[in-house]
Amino acid sequence: MQVNEHKPLIVAFCCNWCSYAGADLAGNNRLNYPADVKIIRVPCSCRVNPMFILRAFQRGADGVIICGCHPGDCHYTSGNYYTRRRMAALFSMLDFLGIEKERTRVEWVSAAEGAKFAATMNDFVEKVTALGENKRLEDLRCKR
Amino acid sequence: MQKITQDKLLEKAVSLLSNGTVSAVLGWSKGEFSYDVTPKMFKTEDDLKENFIWNDFCGVNFSKYLVSKTDRFEGKILVFLKPCDTYSFNQLLTEHRFDREKVYAIGVPCEGMVDVSKLKAKTGEGISEIKEDGENLKVTKIYEDNQVAVPFKDVLLERCINCKSKKHVAYDELMGDEGEVIDSNRFDEVAKLEALTPDERFAFWQNELSRCIRCNACRDACPACTCEKCVFDNPASGVENKAPANSFEEKMFHIIRAYHVAGRCTDCGECSRVCPQNIPLHLLNRKFIKDINEFYGEYQAGAEVGSRAPLVDYTTEDLEPGEVFDRRDTDA
Repeated sequence: MQVNEHKPLIVAFCCNWCSYAGADLAGNNRLNYPADVKIIRVPCSCRVNPMFILRAFQRGADGVIICGCHPGDCHYTSGNYYTRRRMAALFSMLDFLGIEKERTRVEWVSAAEGAKFAATMNDFVEKVTALGENKRLEDLRCKR
Repeated sequence: MQKITQDKLLEKAVSLLSNGTVSAVLGWSKGEFSYDVTPKMFKTEDDLKENFIWNDFCGVNFSKYLVSKTDRFEGKILVFLKPCDTYSFNQLLTEHRFDREKVYAIGVPCEGMVDVSKLKAKTGEGISEIKEDGENLKVTKIYEDNQVAVPFKDVLLERCINCKSKKHVAYDELMGDEGEVIDSNRFDEVAKLEALTPDERFAFWQNELSRCIRCNACRDACPACTCEKCVFDNPASGVENKAPANSFEEKMFHIIRAYHVAGRCTDCGECSRVCPQNIPLHLLNRKFIKDINEFYGEYQAGAEVGSRAPLVDYTTEDLEPGEVFDRRDTDA
C-alpha cells in the first residue's frame, strides 16, 4: 500500500454558459472524472485574470485548466477570443520562466459535450499527476 | 557622446520659456555628480540656466511625467524626448493619458545613454568627473591622479545596446537630424533563453528574480504602467509594497507586471534602467513583444497614435494557447 501517493489538486475555471453546463452533463450521464478537479464557475472564460491562475498555484494547485465556449459560440459574443489571446501570451511566458507547460491548459467545451469534459479532465489529471507536485510556483506558507 | 550640445537645448528652452510659448520645462537637472541626473520641472529662466543639464546620463524617459505634470497645470509644458521616449509618448496619447494640447514636444537625437553602474564596475567607486573624449569617456576619480579612459560603447545602457529606433515618431519640433528605425536584433537574448531547457530557464530566472527587493521602481518608472490604483498597492492582496517573502511572490510580481503592459510596452527599457538590482526585466517584456509579433503579426506599440494593442483585439483565426508549444516544438 502506498501511503504518500500524491493526489494532485486541479482547479478548473469553467464558464457559466458552456463548460459548467458541460460538467453538469458529464455528471448526469454518470461519466467518471477524477474528484481532484475543483470547478470554479466564472461568468465567461475571459473573466479569468492571469492573477487568478497564479493565485491558484500559490494556494497549492498543481494544475489549472480554463474551459470556455467554443470560439464563435461565446454567450457574450467575443469573450473567449480574448481569452485565447491572453492565455496564449501567459502560457508562453510561464514556459519562458521554466514552469512546466503541462500544468496549464485551455479547452473549449460546449454544454452538449459532457463526454469531452470528462475525457479532458481525465487526460489533464493524468498529465499533472505524472508531473507530480507543483514546486516551481508554490508558496510554502500556503501549503497544508 | 551626444551629437547635440547642452547649450543648444538650453538656448531653445530659455527662448521658449521667455517668449511665453511654454510655462514650464520638463528637463534633466544637475545632481551632486555629473552622472546623477534628476528629472525636474523648471519654471524660471534662472533655474534653467543654473541647473539644466544634457549629457550621457540623461536616460530618464519623460513621457510618463506628462501624465501627472499636465494634470491641473495651466499652460504648456516643454518636454525633451529622445527617439525611444517618443514611442511611449504616442502610446500614452493612444490611451488618452494626457492632453496633447498642453505639451510642446522637442525631439532630441540620442546616441545611446550610459549605465553608471556599468561604468563604476569598470572604474571602481569614487568617480568625481566624467569627460567626453572622442569615443571614450575620461573618468577622474577622487583619490587618484590618473584618468581612466572607458570606451563609450562598453558602458551603454542595456536598452541602448539593442536600440530599436533613432527615429522620432512624435514631436512639435525636431532638433538635430532625424534617424532611422534600426533592425537591432533585440530579440536575440530572448531567443537564446528560449533555446535552453525548462530547467535551465527556471534556474536562470530564479537566480535573477531572487534579487528583487520589491522597491517597485520598475513599475513606477514604466511609461505603460499608469494606473492610478495598482493591484500591487491593494492592501488586501497580501503582496503590497513589501519585500517578496518567497520565490513565488517574486515570480508573481514580475509576471503580472510584464503581463499588464503586454502589447502596450514600447520596449523603452526604463524597467531595467531603474532596477537597483540590475535584473534584466526588459527580457520579460521583450518575450511578450516577440510572442505577440510571432502570433498576431508585427506590432510596435506607440509607432502610431490610435493603434489597437494586440491583447485588446482578436481575429476568429487566432492560434489556440496549446498550439503555442506545438509550433515551437516542431520548429526545434
